[in-house]
Amino acid sequence: MAIKDYIRERFFPHIWCPGCGHGMVLNGLLRAIEKIGLDKNEIVMVSGIGCSARISGYVDFHTLHSIHGRALSFATGIKMSRPELKLIVPMGDGDALAIGGNHFIHAARRNMDMTAIIINNRIYGMTGGQHSPLSGYGTMSATSPYSNIDNDFDVVELSVAAGASFVGRTTTYHTKQMTDILGQAIIHKGFSVVEIMSQCPTYFGRKNRLGSAIDMLEGFRKNTTPIGSKAKQKDPDLIERGIFVRKKMPEYCDEYDKIIKRAMKGN
Amino acid sequence: MNENLKFIQGNEFCVEAALYAGLDFYAGYPITPSTEILEHMAKRLPEIGGKFLQMEDEIASLCAIIGASLTGHKVMTATSGPGFSLMQEALGYAIMAEIPCVIVDVQRGGSSTGIPTHVGQGDVMQARWGTHGDHAIIVMTASNHQDVFAITVDAFNLAETYRTPVILLFDEVVGHMRERIFIPAKGEIPLVERLRTSVKKGVDFHPYLPREDGRLPISDFGEAHRYNVTGMVHDMWGFPSDNPKIAYGLVRHLVDKIENNTDKIARYKEYYLEDARTILISYGSAARSALHVVENRRSRGESLGLLELQTLWPFPYSLVQEKCADAKYVVVVEMNAGQVLQSVKICVDRPERVFLANRIDGVFITPTDIRNILRLIEGKGV
Repeated sequence: MAIKDYIRERFFPHIWCPGCGHGMVLNGLLRAIEKIGLDKNEIVMVSGIGCSARISGYVDFHTLHSIHGRALSFATGIKMSRPELKLIVPMGDGDALAIGGNHFIHAARRNMDMTAIIINNRIYGMTGGQHSPLSGYGTMSATSPYSNIDNDFDVVELSVAAGASFVGRTTTYHTKQMTDILGQAIIHKGFSVVEIMSQCPTYFGRKNRLGSAIDMLEGFRKNTTPIGSKAKQKDPDLIERGIFVRKKMPEYCDEYDKIIKRAMKGN
Repeated sequence: MNENLKFIQGNEFCVEAALYAGLDFYAGYPITPSTEILEHMAKRLPEIGGKFLQMEDEIASLCAIIGASLTGHKVMTATSGPGFSLMQEALGYAIMAEIPCVIVDVQRGGSSTGIPTHVGQGDVMQARWGTHGDHAIIVMTASNHQDVFAITVDAFNLAETYRTPVILLFDEVVGHMRERIFIPAKGEIPLVERLRTSVKKGVDFHPYLPREDGRLPISDFGEAHRYNVTGMVHDMWGFPSDNPKIAYGLVRHLVDKIENNTDKIARYKEYYLEDARTILISYGSAARSALHVVENRRSRGESLGLLELQTLWPFPYSLVQEKCADAKYVVVVEMNAGQVLQSVKICVDRPERVFLANRIDGVFITPTDIRNILRLIEGKGV
């Protein structure tokens, strides 16, 4: 199936700014879905609020544009009530980890089969460029005009600690790797997290003098390296890309089926 | 002994009623005095092949049941005041996206954390206006266990009929009290099932284009039609829109589908109203004490009557006006600072004749409390 068969052309053009990474993530995601060969009817996409959340409107799946930070909670109800559906949950960094942080760690702990995509552009774009929990110390934003003193999360470490059974990271520069990791995350049985470092040239880029979208993409190439590379040993500041965790763990819906069997037997 | 006859708590009976109504998905979070609902659901749902989730908070609980409702299930969550406050944003979402669900609020005493193990009825206005923006809502209550059963089943039926969340505003006394109950036979209370679209696969389906009667057939997530659901103002496709005409039409639809059916949604009970000179208006557990006073005074030949409201919102203004038309005094009996009192004053012909008999200290209102107010009104002193 062609990529355009997965989108709702009726609702284009999209609302994202020129140079935004969200369209690149959408592209990578649809290529991954096409490669796996999933039926559109078996996919439910649940999003929260923010620039990232608008992805759900543009794809021809069952789509739920929910409320800020709670996408994973809605997704949990859908998956639990109809486990045969494939759940894909794209979120922004603020959506997933500030307002939605609690739901995120508990979803990871529960290990229900769904894919959480954290599109990390280190800023609240929809509201005009305020710092997020992933902006990091020393960055500039509309709400840190004298420089940010909030420390950031490491999404990978957080996800691993919370118990996610699949954790990956990539960037919008590394489009082939993005499609590959997203595909493996969707196939993975359990809670999978993919952090995609993405550019917001309009706010994060402008406020932090990072140049154009192309300059920011170039930055992802320079500042990241495959997991365990020699370059990382030389320069510990490089951010690693790849699949950090992939393990078999009891999946929540499967476990609940056992509970049903036990309850029906009367013990 | 009849096996359908039992002696159980109101909270537990509410669970049985929900199962009777066809519930097969529940998500919740522990909070006094509603926790027994959560516990019984955890035990009962897997026994019938249903699904139970204990979520990380009340926000996630309501969001999870909204998700499950979209796949075609009858769903519920239960909480008390603090948890109900947390649910308000998702409640507005369910109203906006027109997703049927039932939310039980077993009210405790006081605001904020209040007195968790004591009784109160202070959430009447939160149930009405807790979520932001113009909207209509259905809020129901009951004063005894048999009514808890009937009203709970009713709540599921109304949620399906109007594609809306329905709030069951119970209280600590009704939730925790044990009473003899009888479970109706299957089929005794009619059930309303979800109205699903007849639009065939491959034909354009407009998820948010109401029929002429205002009803909105649904297609379950996972079935033939793929569409968008959003909390934003949306067009007939379910896609966000800021078109003023669409915004106006949507708000009117959401309000009118309920407010225009106030008479159909109004549930109430009346006792000795025909010739009543003094009418008590009450609801929930407070109505038990009110009824006691009315029956006591009737036995002495005094013309008292009771109007027990079971639908609080949409408020049955014309019903109350009609029932109170000939009353010398109207006394609203409730366990808050006068939340239903305001609505009664709005609709009766002589608001200066409307009085309040209440308690706001977490203690159940007694017949003596009500009698003292009646004596004051009648100029007899306490």
